Amino acid sequence: MQPSTTQADRYPRTGIIGYHAYLPAYRLQRGEIAAAIGASAWGARCVAGYDEDSTTLGVAAALPVVRGRELAAGSVWFATTDPVYADKTNATAVHAALDLEPGIVAADLGATLRSGVVALLAAARDGGLAVLADRRGGPAGGADEREGADAAVAFLFGERDPLARVVGTASVTAEFIDRWRAPGAPDGATWEERFGEQRYAELADQLLTSLGDAGVELGGVSRFAVAGMNARAVRSVAKTVQKATGARLEGGDLADIVGNAGAAQAGLALADLLDAARAGETLLLISLADGADALVLRATDAIAERRGEPLRAHVDQGVTIGYPQYLLWRERLAAERPRRPDPDRPSAPYAWRNRQYKLSLTGGRCRKCGAVQFPLPRVCYQCHTADEFEPVSASGQSARIVTFTVDRLAFSLSPPLVSAIVAFEQGGRLQCELTDVRQPLGVGDEVVPTFRRGATVGGIRNYIWKARPVYPTTSAVPGPAGSERES
Amino acid sequence: MAQHGLSDRVAIISMGCTRFAEHFDRGADELAVDAVTDALDGTGLTHDDIDAYWLGTYISGISGMALARPLRLVGKPVTRVENMCATGSEALRAAVYAVACGAVDVAMAVGVEKLKDTGYAGLISPKIQDDGTRVNTSAPANFSLLVPAYQQRYGVTPADFRAAMTHVAWKNHANGALNPRAQFRREVSKESIEHSPAVAGELGVMDCSGVADGAAAAIVTRAEDAHKYTGTPLYIKALSLVTGDGSGAADPSYDYTSFPEVVECARRAYAQAGITDPRRQLALAEVHDCFTPTEIVLMEDLGFAERGHAWRDVLDGVYDRDGELPVNPDGGLKSFGHPVGASGLRMIYECWLQLRGDAGDRQVATAHRGLALTQNLGGAPGDCVCFVSVVGTKPG
Repeated sequence: MQPSTTQADRYPRTGIIGYHAYLPAYRLQRGEIAAAIGASAWGARCVAGYDEDSTTLGVAAALPVVRGRELAAGSVWFATTDPVYADKTNATAVHAALDLEPGIVAADLGATLRSGVVALLAAARDGGLAVLADRRGGPAGGADEREGADAAVAFLFGERDPLARVVGTASVTAEFIDRWRAPGAPDGATWEERFGEQRYAELADQLLTSLGDAGVELGGVSRFAVAGMNARAVRSVAKTVQKATGARLEGGDLADIVGNAGAAQAGLALADLLDAARAGETLLLISLADGADALVLRATDAIAERRGEPLRAHVDQGVTIGYPQYLLWRERLAAERPRRPDPDRPSAPYAWRNRQYKLSLTGGRCRKCGAVQFPLPRVCYQCHTADEFEPVSASGQSARIVTFTVDRLAFSLSPPLVSAIVAFEQGGRLQCELTDVRQPLGVGDEVVPTFRRGATVGGIRNYIWKARPVYPTTSAVPGPAGSERES
Repeated sequence: MAQHGLSDRVAIISMGCTRFAEHFDRGADELAVDAVTDALDGTGLTHDDIDAYWLGTYISGISGMALARPLRLVGKPVTRVENMCATGSEALRAAVYAVACGAVDVAMAVGVEKLKDTGYAGLISPKIQDDGTRVNTSAPANFSLLVPAYQQRYGVTPADFRAAMTHVAWKNHANGALNPRAQFRREVSKESIEHSPAVAGELGVMDCSGVADGAAAAIVTRAEDAHKYTGTPLYIKALSLVTGDGSGAADPSYDYTSFPEVVECARRAYAQAGITDPRRQLALAEVHDCFTPTEIVLMEDLGFAERGHAWRDVLDGVYDRDGELPVNPDGGLKSFGHPVGASGLRMIYECWLQLRGDAGDRQVATAHRGLALTQNLGGAPGDCVCFVSVVGTKPG
């Protein structure tokens, strides 16, 4: 197998201009999973909420990246091994929830592990947005379930004032059987890990040679990270790279403290690299999946001031859930049905007419009296002027709870359903579900909108905007979701 | 343009009401026949004498044929009406207007609901096909929104407000225990009310009205004809309906401590009936106690209590059966049960009994005041329809 040519010359000025990693709010103790089959394990993994899927995870990662930026015509590359739809593109819902221009192409990269790093390479080529989101599980009690993670990360590439410039990329492609899964099947399988370890060791050598041939000075690399599903291969390649470059390994513990987020893992590793980087340092990301891929970056002076909160700030901020809760959320167990009617299938024409509100959380501000209202009405509730509205989005806005309730009767994917009337700082109110509620609620509490999944009926997945309480990252107190404030 | 009162042009000359219960042995058709037969009983009237019918039903039938079919009404105008929990009152409103305008001499209003055939818990509302964006909360959850908002606005402690909610449920069950037609004919201890299983927010099962099947009917004629049928008719003093524009959720001035639709609806009704001091002029009020906090807030919206004081009045027994203004002496939705389309006429039925001195063990001492109010509320706080009527024993 011949190494591919590097593409350093393709990126004269391109770099990462923003990135964000999203870790869902929940943690599951690996020991509890392992105990189900009489084994033991240590640490905790990240778990998505019952109302999160790869699409909503991707939106959660990408929203802070695109917010407030005029996204130049580029692309949206969506990578996951757990797509909500086949046939229908999943990236289009991400594109809609981010309220991007229709002229921006949005595409899925196929439900494979390599798609994550490929999304990065593709976005680097055209100044696009790479959205890597995954939910990983496996047979009950087993290694994949214990060591997987649910997480997402997004990178926006462009030329304007990047945090890190692209120095070069390299790829080596190889066909062999290391890890596989039938399309749509919940559980995958692996060959003996040592077989893959050998293959990836060879591929990494070829990759390093290829980078050197392309003019990347390996001795100049300051920090590097390696991502992949084959843990032995990742460890082994990390040693090789360290020897070849003398650079510092970052994120060697990510799979332990977060878990392995499949197609998103290379992105988490890159985010962690960027979180640690200092201006002027050269960074090397290597992904091991059906070949080997490398992305080399150089941090700019902008990195320290313009990067957001580090990924690691959220690792310890989770709420621990029990294993039965996880199995219910993952629909591995069937919960008792409420004595209430099932939700109806969402109407496609209705959803299309309502897309600005339903997917982008856009309403209107009356040009006559200024009242903000969601969704966009025909007639203003306040001054009764018709059809005189300018669009206004509540996405990214802060809101306060006006009143709230915990509904133990209504249908919910994870009862009870918590809902509230929330009032936005910019004006306008919304009645919506609350999610990721960790503490007793109170009138006046701050919440922010968050894009989540509803029920799936007739194969159609309903997407809705909910609101989640804002908690300081240091004082989150785990508690039962939806419990009322004590008197 | 203005709304005008009916000036005692129409009178109720007879009423009927089934027991409200889990009538697993009766369908909507049987319940309608029972209530209509009860209403005709003793009047000397037959269907030949009834000129037009209005059927109020929320989910138990479509079109006037839902009444014409079981009664085998031949060649009659029969119309189904629906306005959520005001549905039964809406049937009465249509029948009264038909008589008042001279289009017919005798009209019948029937309300019927069959809720216990679904097998589901709580009330199941029909859904218009949509895209699933709107949050699908239950009725108790919608009304539970009143509780934190009211406590916050008036600085009422959760314990005090809980005690007032409990008193409402306790009072209405005590009243219903004396009512042979009520769904729940037993008193309930305050302890068991406070410890009932949680449903939504601060509401437990015992804060919710009963899901029941039932039917009620009224026959109305021109006031001057009423004495042909009864020596003690009830005169329609006021009918008022206000349909909300649903702006509550959007409008920051709405704070979930009141039903503005009720305030306006009551204002119009009092103007029609010449009522200036409802707390002292009314003999009784039958109000829409779908959930216990609703009844508390209604006391303020209907002008029975000062803003922020209803919870205190409730605890002081002002609205008990022997209080200053008896509220829901028949047990209310809470204990009588709430077959949606029948409830508005059931409330009128209690006024019919109380004002004529026929309420037996639960007869209120204030009946001599000669005026009674009924009120319905459909929907949710910030997004509802409201109906208010005033009926009285004396014309003019």
